Amino acid sequence: MPTNLPPTTVETPAQRTPNASEAAEVAGLDALELQPKRDKGNLGPRIWKSAWPKFLAIAIVLLVWQAAVWSEWKPIYVLPSPLTVFTDLGNVITTGDFWDGVRVTMTRAFTGFLLAVVIGTVVGALVSQFAPLRAAIGSLITGLQTMPSIMWFPLAILLFQLSESAILFVVVLGAAPSVANGLISGIDYVPRTWLRVGQVLGMRGFAKYRHLILPASLPSFISGLKQGWAFSWRSLMAGELLVIVPGALSIGVRMQQARDLSDSSLVISYIIVVLIIGILIDVLFNAADNSLRKRWGLLS
Amino acid sequence: MSLVTLENVSKKYDDLLALDRVSLKVDPGEFVCLLGASGCGKSTLLSLVAGLDGITGGTLDTGGRKVSLMFQEAALFPWLSVRGNVELPLRLQGVSRPERRKRAEELLAIVRLSGFADKRPHELSGGMRQRVALARALAQDADILLMDEPFGALDAMTRDILHDELERIWREQSLTVLFVTHNVREAVRLGDRVILLSSRPGRVIEDYAITHERPRRIDSPEVAGQAAEITDRLRAEVARHAH
Repeated sequence: MPTNLPPTTVETPAQRTPNASEAAEVAGLDALELQPKRDKGNLGPRIWKSAWPKFLAIAIVLLVWQAAVWSEWKPIYVLPSPLTVFTDLGNVITTGDFWDGVRVTMTRAFTGFLLAVVIGTVVGALVSQFAPLRAAIGSLITGLQTMPSIMWFPLAILLFQLSESAILFVVVLGAAPSVANGLISGIDYVPRTWLRVGQVLGMRGFAKYRHLILPASLPSFISGLKQGWAFSWRSLMAGELLVIVPGALSIGVRMQQARDLSDSSLVISYIIVVLIIGILIDVLFNAADNSLRKRWGLLS
Repeated sequence: MSLVTLENVSKKYDDLLALDRVSLKVDPGEFVCLLGASGCGKSTLLSLVAGLDGITGGTLDTGGRKVSLMFQEAALFPWLSVRGNVELPLRLQGVSRPERRKRAEELLAIVRLSGFADKRPHELSGGMRQRVALARALAQDADILLMDEPFGALDAMTRDILHDELERIWREQSLTVLFVTHNVREAVRLGDRVILLSSRPGRVIEDYAITHERPRRIDSPEVAGQAAEITDRLRAEVARHAH
């Protein structure tokens, strides 16, 4: 049988059957078309490569801050130096009391976020499924997303008094629309060719959701979760400053107390704590997002 | 007994007539190529046979047989491994896990991708993805395999090799194939019959029997000669649309 390519391996004439040489052609082409594995380099230099800009940024912020202190732009008891703040921060985070506060805050954050995820997912699934429902509340969901969550607190306090429920109410209202919108746009933008494949494979009803729509909308859903978390975290911080629940010494309450005592250094310490928690959670979401993109081949 | 019988099938979208009284029979084990320029409704025809769309005139009979369809894009699901993609039709049919694993291994061996079961689709080349799509289509165990320009996006060498592969699998698996293309040589290289369609609306204007001995080569004089003849006919048809 005539072949277009010489066999890629050395064979004795007896072995060079048409089928074997065809197989060799295919295997050879596959090998050539696959990208050779690139060495990513050592872990150490790789971490350093992504870390140094961050360290530099922190150093610049600290420097500007220190310069502001040196210039005596504000009295030292209003704008303390970085060193004072970090000493105070170090003292605060070594107390068990502080971690109790973190626990109260994080429990609220996770409860509120989970509730928002459940509600947002259900609402998103319903809206994407039923056209009249979408016409009715589709734009309302986006509207809710742009609503500053602090606007809800007066109503929440009237409805639930100064209670955990008031905080939860606002946290859920802040996060659920993002989660719902993430799911809706994920479902809306499932590529047409995939839908056609689903049709050819005879997917219908639940199977279509289980094997096509839900996995296909996952990237957008994760973006929605990430945004929802950001909104719920913001709403929670606003809530903890406004809604003081007796006995619950959350991070927000502690910060408010520090302000009442005009302890700037402590206020800034709590700002740093909130910032770090926010960044840590964001890192988690990004890790989930990146691993998904890697599996899907969306990262170069 | 034909597997697919179309009699005077028409398809109208609003006031656009895509297919006009197309009659066509595909026998078991036949490799039929549908050839035409743009606007001949060849993809529409496949959608109709696949049951993705309804006809607006005539009769279309597939005798309730199972039909599978491949596209120009492999359209593999990125959240599944190569194995997962091939297993998906079996999963949807409720085949047990060990059994579908075994079947997927067999199918991947057929398309010569045994070593790639645990790869993700994006890790494969275009030609390899198209072979996975073929394995997935075979997993449906359909009576008729419809292919909509499946090699249209591949480079020439990959396409030549995949022609050999498809011919081999068609023969070994006794498939019945209805293959759409606008590449005349490809049609002559692969088909038992080449059906030439006119454009706007799509009508059958010629039904060529291709009798050259298999396996064929796309650059053999016989294939080239018959392709030239069909190309002339196709060009005449295209020229008709110049106003």
